[in-house]
Amino acid sequence: MEFEPKIVAFLCNWCTYTGADLAGVSRLKSPANIRVIRTMCSGRVDPTFVMKAFDLGADGVLIGGCHPGDCHYAEGNYKTLRRAHMLKKIMRKYGIDEKRLRLEWISAAEGDKFQEVTTTFTETIRSLGPLDWRKRIGKGDRTEHTVAV
Amino acid sequence: MVTVKIDGIEVQVQEDTPILKAAEKAGIWIPTMCHSELFEPYGVCRLCSVEVIRGKRTRIVTACNYPVREGLTIQTNSAKIQWIRKIIMELMLSRWPNVKVVSEMAAKLGVKESRFPSLERDEAEDACILCGRCVNVCREVVQAEILAFAHRGIKREVVLPFGDQSNKCIVCGACAHVCPTGHIKMVVEDYKGKKPEFTLGVKTPISVPTLQAVPRVPVIDTESCIYFETGGCQTCAKVCEPQAINYKMEDEIVEVEAGQVLLTTGYDLFDASKLAQYGYGRLDNVYSSLDFEAILNSTGPTGGKVVMKNGNEPRSVGILHCIGSRDVENHPYCSRVCCMYALKFAHLVHDRTDAAIYQFYIDMRAFGKGYEEFYSRLLDEGITMIRGKAAEVVERSHGINGDGSLLIRCEDTLIGKFREIPVDMVVLCNAIEPRHDIEAIRRIFSISKSPDGFFLERHPKLDPTSTMSDGIYIAGCAQGPKDIPDTVAQAGSAAARILSIIAKGEVDIDPIRAFIDEKYCAGCRMCNNLCPYSAIDFIDDKKISQINDVLCKGCGTCVAACPASAITGKGFSDAQIFAELEGLLAI
Repeated sequence: MEFEPKIVAFLCNWCTYTGADLAGVSRLKSPANIRVIRTMCSGRVDPTFVMKAFDLGADGVLIGGCHPGDCHYAEGNYKTLRRAHMLKKIMRKYGIDEKRLRLEWISAAEGDKFQEVTTTFTETIRSLGPLDWRKRIGKGDRTEHTVAV
Repeated sequence: MVTVKIDGIEVQVQEDTPILKAAEKAGIWIPTMCHSELFEPYGVCRLCSVEVIRGKRTRIVTACNYPVREGLTIQTNSAKIQWIRKIIMELMLSRWPNVKVVSEMAAKLGVKESRFPSLERDEAEDACILCGRCVNVCREVVQAEILAFAHRGIKREVVLPFGDQSNKCIVCGACAHVCPTGHIKMVVEDYKGKKPEFTLGVKTPISVPTLQAVPRVPVIDTESCIYFETGGCQTCAKVCEPQAINYKMEDEIVEVEAGQVLLTTGYDLFDASKLAQYGYGRLDNVYSSLDFEAILNSTGPTGGKVVMKNGNEPRSVGILHCIGSRDVENHPYCSRVCCMYALKFAHLVHDRTDAAIYQFYIDMRAFGKGYEEFYSRLLDEGITMIRGKAAEVVERSHGINGDGSLLIRCEDTLIGKFREIPVDMVVLCNAIEPRHDIEAIRRIFSISKSPDGFFLERHPKLDPTSTMSDGIYIAGCAQGPKDIPDTVAQAGSAAARILSIIAKGEVDIDPIRAFIDEKYCAGCRMCNNLCPYSAIDFIDDKKISQINDVLCKGCGTCVAACPASAITGKGFSDAQIFAELEGLLAI
């Protein structure tokens, strides 16, 4: 059976979640691999959530927020940007390919961008293969990302 | 007050009043050619010469600038004066025989022809007669001081500095206005980047913006008003009896505290000169829809007459739909209102002229109540409908038969042929596009734009008047192209939404808030600076942070940051999200 990645998407209520809604209303097809969790702001996305998602079997995590300067809560997305950088560092330490986390600014009007991002991200994860992080940690396997910082 | 006797009539006037004015009061006409109420007497034409008798002495003086004194006796029409005037007119006639004001004045004073030859004879009908009115008005009224006399005797002439175009000239036209012969002409062309807002007519700097303006008072356009350019003129203030002219009035920024805002910022008209093939701004008699609306307006520059630039009625009019809209290069959306106003234009042109009318359309969209019926009626009126977007408008080259100075090239898709239609006038139906400053407005109210660039509504079907920001509503073309009935409906709906909240007297807010569990808060203060609303305070005596429920908007940034997990976001708690994750990834 072909590998179907599991991707968790944390979408902010005002921009990306609405953008995803627009993609649906516009009948734009996006991959079914995306599993959406709505938060009020991308700033609510605790780095723990992302690591927990990998732990629970996610192959990729997408965080969607408003464009810089457009945040409904003024600057929540800037906090997200900082956390995403930190997360990638942590992921490298744990031997997870940093491509498995993607941060995107998608506005409420960009249904087509939502479709494009989810499609390409799914393809990226598909090419990376399954993460199976819990199993790997159990075996002490850190091969996916060899450069342990 | 002093009493003077003019031609036997006694008048009482203020001391030092010029004789000319005193004579006017006595009802006596004194001829003059250089005098104007606008500026100080200049006394250059000498035509107003009168005899002043004081005791036994008699003097010839110019009436325009000679101040009266008590007991002065003045003769304005004695034999000597008549002889002086005739000589002056003969001299003028000899030099400018074809100037209308000169020959008229000569006839009035009984001079038929001149006995004198002239070295500087000027046959032109609009020759400069050196009255100096232009020089005076430029110096005293406009205060630009561009025009001046140069040279002496028969070489005297009015010149610009160094005889060249001056960039100090403010193009006010005052000199042309006062010129009695028409020697000075205003040429309408771009000068120093100035041009009339519509090339259809020239607006005066002070005018009532529209006839329906409320309050119906004139406003001054500071861009073209002479006062704002040179500090001169102020003619309006001089003639305004209640002294209502206020040059210091400025745009004010008024701060209003409001709980809710309805944005109805409207639209901009697509600039058709971007599509060079239609010749807008380049070819005469190619108009945008808004220009043509002005032409049709009974208070517009042509008084509602459909006429071309040369004043003639057009023999044929072409109306081009979808200029900039339904066009992937510009705006992919349909501007909705154009089909119907194009039909209205056709109807009005049909009503007011005998012109043949051609409509070039992609699809006719007569979508509203009564619209399709109007379309059928127009077809019955004999409008020619050509299905095909016009490709270009060119100037007619000579030798092609048919009426019209312009040529519209198009493909008639119903007969499958390329056609060339000669017309006299072209009306472009420009697209409706978002206001140029919509991005700035959007940021002020923190709302979004849809892909077409207009304000984004909360939901395209279920909530088309409100936005993602609570208390911000949108209506009309700011939200997307729409006609008047749709705009009225949307605005009414938005107003009702606003009123319902005002009537209620209180605002419902989402219960999504963050709160800090005092038990776990270590007082690290990491959350304090994260909050964009400064809703988190540090309580010094308890050594913990606390969230102000009213200020908190519930974004959850602090929740995500708290190292002790002491902050919980209602509705989005860690436990809830972990549960969601487990559920999502279980399969």
